[in-house]
Amino acid sequence: MMEFIQLGIGRWLHIAAGVMWIGLLYYFNFVQVPAMAAAGKDNTGAGITKHVAPRALFWFRWAAVVTWLAGALLLGKNFFNAFLFLNHAFYAIGVGAWLGTIMLFNVWVLIWPNQQKILGLVQATDEDKAKARRVAFLASRTNTLLSIPMLFFMAAAGHQGIFFG
Amino acid sequence: MKYFLDSLGWTVFWGVVLTLILYNVVKHALQ
Repeated sequence: MMEFIQLGIGRWLHIAAGVMWIGLLYYFNFVQVPAMAAAGKDNTGAGITKHVAPRALFWFRWAAVVTWLAGALLLGKNFFNAFLFLNHAFYAIGVGAWLGTIMLFNVWVLIWPNQQKILGLVQATDEDKAKARRVAFLASRTNTLLSIPMLFFMAAAGHQGIFFG
Repeated sequence: MKYFLDSLGWTVFWGVVLTLILYNVVKHALQ
């Protein structure tokens, strides 16, 4: 029963929350950023800023937390085997776990605090907003970059024989 | 770093490059 919760429900939750997190990350990078650039030319971006972005960011940042916690649950007693590369069987997921952890850090330390300034949820001068926009954008792009190897190693971890045999 | 990330195409390109590098590092470590 405990194994079912940890390795069954845990894996399901990890994947479902991960789809929501990375899905919204791709939405930001592939859809919203280009849309806002286009909207800036005819001043039609207000609806995105007011109604879409705050909701997308809510699900984005909490899905990131749930994904990480479910991943940690899934690793269980092998948490340090993965993060410290103590066991060959956990090398692939160790790389995935590190990439995911860096991405979680980027979400909560770089993207969210700066998005709060950009969206006017916290006070910021125009100069602060311009800087916040740049930092949040680069952190978001970095996460898009890191998601590519992260997903590779997540997929490879369950099939090390095929990927590394 | 700062500039190539401005283009989504380059972001994906370097994501694939990083994947190949890490793949070879792990493959080598497992041999």
